[in-house]
Amino acid sequence: MTAMTQTDSPAKASFPAIRTVGVDGFLVSFADGLDERANRAALAFRAALERESWPGVAECATSLVSAFLRFDLAACDHDSLRARLTTLLASRDWYDAPLPDGRRLWRVPVVFGGDNGPQLAEAAKLAGQSKRDAIATLCASPVRVQTIGFAPGQPYLGQLPENWNIPRQTGLTPLVPQGALVVAIRQLIVFSVGTPTGWRHIGQTGLRLFRPDAADPFLLRPGDEVLFHPAEDLDRLRAAPDGGAFAEALT
Amino acid sequence: MTRALNIHTASPGVTVQDKGRTGFLAQGLSRGGAVDLLALAEGAALLGQPDTCAVLELAGGAVALSASQDMRVALTGADMRATLDGTPLVWGASHALPQGARLEISPLRGGFGYLHLGGGLEPAERLGAASAHLAAGIGRAVQAGDTIAVGGDRGHRTGMCLPNAVMDTTLRLVPSLQTALFGQDALDRLEATRFTKDARGNRMGQRLVPDGEGFATAEGLSILSETIVPGDIQITGDGMPYVLLSECQTTGGYPRIGTVLPCDLPKLLRAGPGSLFQLRFVTLEDGAALERAEVARRAGLSRNLQALLRDPRDMPDLLSYQLVSGVTAGDELERESA
Repeated sequence: MTAMTQTDSPAKASFPAIRTVGVDGFLVSFADGLDERANRAALAFRAALERESWPGVAECATSLVSAFLRFDLAACDHDSLRARLTTLLASRDWYDAPLPDGRRLWRVPVVFGGDNGPQLAEAAKLAGQSKRDAIATLCASPVRVQTIGFAPGQPYLGQLPENWNIPRQTGLTPLVPQGALVVAIRQLIVFSVGTPTGWRHIGQTGLRLFRPDAADPFLLRPGDEVLFHPAEDLDRLRAAPDGGAFAEALT
Repeated sequence: MTRALNIHTASPGVTVQDKGRTGFLAQGLSRGGAVDLLALAEGAALLGQPDTCAVLELAGGAVALSASQDMRVALTGADMRATLDGTPLVWGASHALPQGARLEISPLRGGFGYLHLGGGLEPAERLGAASAHLAAGIGRAVQAGDTIAVGGDRGHRTGMCLPNAVMDTTLRLVPSLQTALFGQDALDRLEATRFTKDARGNRMGQRLVPDGEGFATAEGLSILSETIVPGDIQITGDGMPYVLLSECQTTGGYPRIGTVLPCDLPKLLRAGPGSLFQLRFVTLEDGAALERAEVARRAGLSRNLQALLRDPRDMPDLLSYQLVSGVTAGDELERESA
């Protein structure tokens, strides 16, 4: 036990690192913190895993800087999969990988502050900005969908300037609504379902990120970019197709 | 005439479940499905059908229903009280459900119980599965007045049971990505601590209450959100452990101290609130071996089927009986099915 946990310590690992998740998963991590090149590497490595489609692999996914693989213990074992992962990792420089094809730029209206973002002032203060400057910063340039996770269709967006490296709060906000814009650790999230959270709630979008009955149930894809702009009338956003957001192709 | 279940009453927490949806993890949608996968295997063995058949999951809830035609049912998972037109039914067994008879199920101590139908439930599928995933907004809980289609049943046998699965109170863990963040002292203390199953628990996770202080880490509030798997023990900001279950989030920023082996989750899921548990780390190698053995055991469950010793209708206080004492010859199933 002791030896295992020490060798698995993320602080001591060099990257890329192959680690186990639970009893039937592997995580290939390209950094221990948020990093653009590591994010691209994770997306590209996961795409390569899909292409390889090794027997016994049940499912692949990405998180921010890692690719995840779950396998069937009856069909596969840790040693052989670890060897395959090592070989695939060594086959190219994953940090040089391009972003996925078919990316889009989404222009997304947000109602900031007030009842629709009750923690805007608190978050801005932690970032050392006024509310007005905070909104200007968050709307100044596009943030990228680094991964989809936690809940269906839910984007982790980044990376914000260094002064937005603010921690999550210790307590949980019992419920922030679907479409909420929240912030922590140089990232923004738009929530796809109402949920308790430790992230600070600063605004509200009209986005419905997961539509289980639609032909394409998930609005955003990793690699897409999102440019927020301030809006006033949340009811109008919610009534509009795609929450008032518009997409254009990124080339 | 269509085969269907008619739901007369249902408390919150009654849902249709199956083995969930694989392939949407990258889009943030966890597998979901029945939290107690052993129960799916047991129900399948009792009714002689695949474990992919959809079932009713009772998350500590009660239900009353009847069938539009003669059907077979099996009752698995956490022990619950079941009656057929007022007569008690043995839990952990298969039974006939005659057309129009009223089947009532209510919790005893808590935990997740399952009602399996011969032929399986066949509601409309969404994203490739029948199961409700309430956290994701897929489907909804079963409600009074619902009619749920039931598939065709090619089996006939009822009155069968399985020996009770061994359910000790040790949950075995393998180390997770963040186990080392907690430090060896905290890990030693984790193994020495007794945990009480809290009343707070649902399909997403079950809270455990330690008999000493919690397991908070200073780094825990600023780590990167990372992949979660069911069984992970997440430590929230206040140091309290939650065992994450099938409807959990796909990634999360709270550190996980370890992952409960899937084969040990039914121990926790079938116990009532207030039950005591201990946590014990095993190596990954041992954990994988235990999982493989359990997968093989589940695949062979039907070999352990036994006939109920007496007609339940003759037994007014059936729940107090020792039901299985292993007196059958053991080969009558083969003879019957040959």
